[in-house]
Amino acid sequence: MTRALDLLALIGRGAFATLATAGQVAIFALVGLSHLLRPPFHARQFWRHFAEIAYFSLPVVALTALFTGMVLALQSHTGFSRFGAETALPSLVVLSITRELGPVLAGLMVAGRIGAAMAAEIGTMRVTDQIDALTTLSTDPMRYLVVPRLLAGTLALPPLVLVADILGVLGGFLIATLQLGFVPQGYLDATWDVLETMDVVSGLVKAAVFGFLIALMGCWCGYTSRGGAQGVGQATTRAVVAASILILAFDYVLTAAFFKQ
Amino acid sequence: MSETPKIRLRGLRKAFGEKQVLDGVDLEVRARHSMVLLGGSGSGKSVTVKCILGLIPPDEGVIEIDGQDVAKLSRRDRAALLDRTGMLFQNGALFDSLPVWENVCFKLLAQRRITRRAARDRAAEVLAQVGLAASVGDLSPAELSGGMQKRVALARAIAAQPDIIFFDEPTTGLDPIMGAVIDGLIVDCVERLGATAFSITHDMASARRIGDDAAMIHKGRIVWTGSAEALGHTGHPMVDQFANGSREGPIQMELRR
Ligand SMILES: Nc1ncnc2c1ncn2[C@@H]1O[C@H](COP(=O)(O)OP(=O)(O)OP(=O)(O)O)[C@@H](O)[C@H]1O
Ligand SMILES: [Mg+2]
Repeated sequence: MTRALDLLALIGRGAFATLATAGQVAIFALVGLSHLLRPPFHARQFWRHFAEIAYFSLPVVALTALFTGMVLALQSHTGFSRFGAETALPSLVVLSITRELGPVLAGLMVAGRIGAAMAAEIGTMRVTDQIDALTTLSTDPMRYLVVPRLLAGTLALPPLVLVADILGVLGGFLIATLQLGFVPQGYLDATWDVLETMDVVSGLVKAAVFGFLIALMGCWCGYTSRGGAQGVGQATTRAVVAASILILAFDYVLTAAFFKQ
Repeated sequence: MSETPKIRLRGLRKAFGEKQVLDGVDLEVRARHSMVLLGGSGSGKSVTVKCILGLIPPDEGVIEIDGQDVAKLSRRDRAALLDRTGMLFQNGALFDSLPVWENVCFKLLAQRRITRRAARDRAAEVLAQVGLAASVGDLSPAELSGGMQKRVALARAIAAQPDIIFFDEPTTGLDPIMGAVIDGLIVDCVERLGATAFSITHDMASARRIGDDAAMIHKGRIVWTGSAEALGHTGHPMVDQFANGSREGPIQMELRR
C-alpha cells in the first residue's frame, strides 16, 4: 500500500516538476517574443543564425529527404502491389512527404544540428560569464542571444522544408520511373492532381513551429545551464531530446488541427 | 568624508544553498578613489562585485550607488547605471565568436557611440594602452595567450571610459612588468578620467600601487578597512598575515580546524 502511494507521489512530483519547467520555458519564450516588438534589433546575429540553419543544414536535410522519398516509393510499391493498387503510389509519396515526413524529418535533423549547437554555444557563454559580461556591456542577453535565434529558427525552417518536399518527391519519382516501371509524365500528372495547396502550406506552418521549438529549447537549455563543461554537455543533450519530443508532439497537435474531419 | 560614497553596501547577505557566502558585508567606496578588496580564495570577493552589478541578486541588504538604492531603480535607470560601469571579469569572459577589436569596442558599438569603421581604430588605441599591437585586433580570443586575453578583457572594460570600474584580479597571470603597466593604467583611469575603481587582487605590491583604500573580507564579512599604503603593517593580525603571506596567524588557525 505504501509502495503504491510512494509511486503515486513520485509520479505526482515528476508531473509538477515538468509543469513548472514548462511554465518557465513559456515565460522565457514570451519574454523573447516581447523583444521582437521593440528595438534595438541585432540583424547581424539574425543573419548569422539564419545562414547556419537554412544554408548549412541544406545537405543533411536534402539527403534525408531524397532517401526517404526513395524508400517510401520502394516500400509502398511492394505493399500496394499485393492489392493491385500501384497507381496510388504517386499520391502516397507526395502527401506523406509534404504533410508529414518533410517537416518532421527536417525538424529532427535540424534539432540535432542546430539545437545542440545553440545549447552548447549559449551554455558555454553562461558558464564562462560571457552572458553576465553582455549585461555589463549595455546589451540585453535575451535580446542579443535569444531573440535572433528564435527568429532565425522560425523563418529558416520553412524554406528548408520546401526543398525537402521537392527532393522527397524527386526521390520517389526516380525510383518509380527508373526501377518500378512508372511512366514519367503519368507519375508527375498523378502527383500534381492529388496535391493541394493546403498540403504544402500545412507542412510549412509545421516547419515554422518546429523551427521555433528547436531554437527555443536550444536557447533555454543553454541559458539555464551551469557547472562547467559537464553542465554544458547535459544542456546540449537536453536541448536535442526536448526539441525532438516537442516536434513529434506538436506534429500531432498541428495535424489534428489542420485535417480535422 | 561628508561626500556621499560612490558605492555603499549595507548588510549584504548571500547564500548558495547551505553555504552563507556573504554574511553582512558593509563597505563604502569613495567617489573618484580606488578601493582594493582583499580576501582568501573563495571568500566571496567576486560574488560581492556581481551583487553590486546586479548580476547576482543578494538575499538581503542594501546596495547604494551615488546614494541611491539600486533595488529601487527603474529598469531604465538601472540600464543607464550599467552604461556608465565597466567590469573586468576574473576569467576575462571574452566573446569567442567575435574578433578582438569587436570585443574591445562592444559597448561603444552597442550604445551606437561609434561606427564599425571607427571601432577598429578605437580598438587599436585601447589595445595600445594595454600593451598590445593593433594586429591583435584581428585575432579571435582563442588565439591569444592567457595574459593577452586578460589585457584584452581589460581593454574592453575601459574602452567606453566608464565612471565606475570593477577589476576582478586585473594582474593575475601577467608578468611583473606588464602587471606594473596595468596598475599604472588603473591609476590613470582614476586620476585622469575621474573614475571610481573597485579592484580585487591577491598581489600586495599591486594593491599598494593601485589602491587608495583597502578592505579585507573574511568569512563573508569585512574585517578591516584602511589605507592601502598601510598594508603589511596595519596592526590587524589577520590583514598583516594575509599581506605578508605568512603561515602563522589567525587565518591559519581557522583553516586547521
Ligand atoms: N553561481 C554560484 N553558485 C554556487 N556557488 C557559488 C556561485 N558563485 C560563487 N559561489 C561560491 O561562493 C564562494 C565565493 O566565491 P567567489 O567567486 O566570490 O570567491 P572569490 O573570493 O572571488 O575567490 P577567488 O579569489 O578564488 O576568485 C565560493 O565558495 C563559491 O563556491
Ligand atoms: Mg574571484
